[in-house]
Amino acid sequence: MLELNRIAVFGGIYSNYLALDAAVLNAQQQGVDALYCLGDLGAFGPYPERVFPLLHEHGVQCIQGNYDHSIGNGLADCRCGYTDPGDNYFARISYEYTFAHTSPEHRTWMKSLPEQLPLQFGRYRLVLCHGSPRKTNEFLWESTTSTHFLDHLAASHGADAILATHTGIKWHRRLANDRHFVNVGVLGRPENDGRTNVWYAILEARPSFRVEFVPVAYDFRRLAAEMRSEKLPDEFIETVLTGWWTTCLEVLPAKERRRGRH
Amino acid sequence: MNIPLPILDTPAPVVALSHLDDLWFQVGGTLCNLECRHCFISCNPHNHNFSFLNLEKVRRALEESVPLGVKEYYFTGGEPFLNPDMVPILELTLQYGPATVLTNGTVFREESLTRLSRADEASRYSLEFRVSIDGFTAADNDPIRGAGTFDRALRGVRQLLAHGFLPIITVARMSDDADDERLLEGFVQTLRSIGYDRPRLKILPVLRLGAEVERGRGYRTEECVTPEMMNDFDQSRLLCHHSRMVTDRGVHVCPILIEAPDAWLGATLQEALIAYPLRHHACYTCYQYGAICANPSSGRRDA
Repeated sequence: MLELNRIAVFGGIYSNYLALDAAVLNAQQQGVDALYCLGDLGAFGPYPERVFPLLHEHGVQCIQGNYDHSIGNGLADCRCGYTDPGDNYFARISYEYTFAHTSPEHRTWMKSLPEQLPLQFGRYRLVLCHGSPRKTNEFLWESTTSTHFLDHLAASHGADAILATHTGIKWHRRLANDRHFVNVGVLGRPENDGRTNVWYAILEARPSFRVEFVPVAYDFRRLAAEMRSEKLPDEFIETVLTGWWTTCLEVLPAKERRRGRH
Repeated sequence: MNIPLPILDTPAPVVALSHLDDLWFQVGGTLCNLECRHCFISCNPHNHNFSFLNLEKVRRALEESVPLGVKEYYFTGGEPFLNPDMVPILELTLQYGPATVLTNGTVFREESLTRLSRADEASRYSLEFRVSIDGFTAADNDPIRGAGTFDRALRGVRQLLAHGFLPIITVARMSDDADDERLLEGFVQTLRSIGYDRPRLKILPVLRLGAEVERGRGYRTEECVTPEMMNDFDQSRLLCHHSRMVTDRGVHVCPILIEAPDAWLGATLQEALIAYPLRHHACYTCYQYGAICANPSSGRRDA
């Protein structure tokens, strides 16, 4: 079996098949051993069915996000973990659209995805998960997650590095004994920094653990136009066009919230 | 007057601590410059039932919390900013992890906020302020929190904004039939009018303990958590499932029950990692509303 020393890891795709296409191409050009996605394949964007052929064609190994679990099991909502009624309003619109436009075949496939994936990466034992290894929809923000909590998570899950997504904003913390926590960011929408690009991560195991966050430019105007033609909320389209989040703000901690505009 | 908390003599479900995520500090004791009519531990300017925690006591608990892998730290009272050590305590905590302080917003000193703003900038972690205001007009708020407190709390919010903070305004739902959407809309307007253009809000249920028993009502006999109610219930909704509270007397199960003798679990965090039976009516409120004390950024815990 091929030893993995350089991999590309995508976070939530949120139906942004245009960004996924660009990210796959980018990762292949950079020469990686394998491609992974940490779940939340649908949501937010248009035409959820367009994501699946890309994932299958390029052999992207996926784990299950809270969205995939909900869609796959036909649950009533996405279990994104929002507390604000406004966020839940938009989450519902998005969920109903995505559910209605995902085929039974792909729902079944999402239902079958693993919640997490252990992976030997060079000399590092990785645990790939969606939110955290203990809870799929747990938010682990950079500014509200203590280092000793991450030490605990890594030790209790036998991980040298934990890879997660879910919050939508990338970050990396180096822990004691060459352990790591990496939030790989998301391909689905920009990360509330006023830029239209999205992000994924390339990881290297040699000579030692290294994370490179890769910005992905894609045809965001086309995505916005398609979202408009599918009558998805203007607030979502504004985010795609401006790079500033307009929804899901309630769950942001103070530091992350201050970096945004809204 | 302290109304003793009765322990239910009916069978009570037992909740084990899964992991100590949130560590609370009763840093202001029960001393407060205000005397709110719904305060569940009846804090007031003369209530010395619990004392301030000093910097050394907090430091010891922070040190003990590291090997336990605590994720976030919360500070409450009483009014935390009456504690002369409050600024150094928050400065120290921000070296360990994220800190949230629950305040009435009426006693901020400019030099304290300047120091805290610097500490926040220097830390990788967030310092969150939660300011309690219980109505979006003085006419709604002041009868609950005291004359003039609405204006004083809004001045505190403006001070926080001027120092770059984005406080979370917490609002107690003062009646069962309160319209949350109307409350939120009213608060958004009020806060925008003082220059808070992206207000953060959190509505909390009242706890029918302490002063609230006289203002509203106490718990009814049937308002308790029974073992049957735990079937298919996600225990992670309960605070005692992932939190503990440090006071000047030791470690208690949660911020709500510090006055209940059975809620004192030990002198150290290690001793307090034991399971707890839900033998109080107040547990019913936590059961109903779930993780009421945590910040929204900690996420819903019921999925």
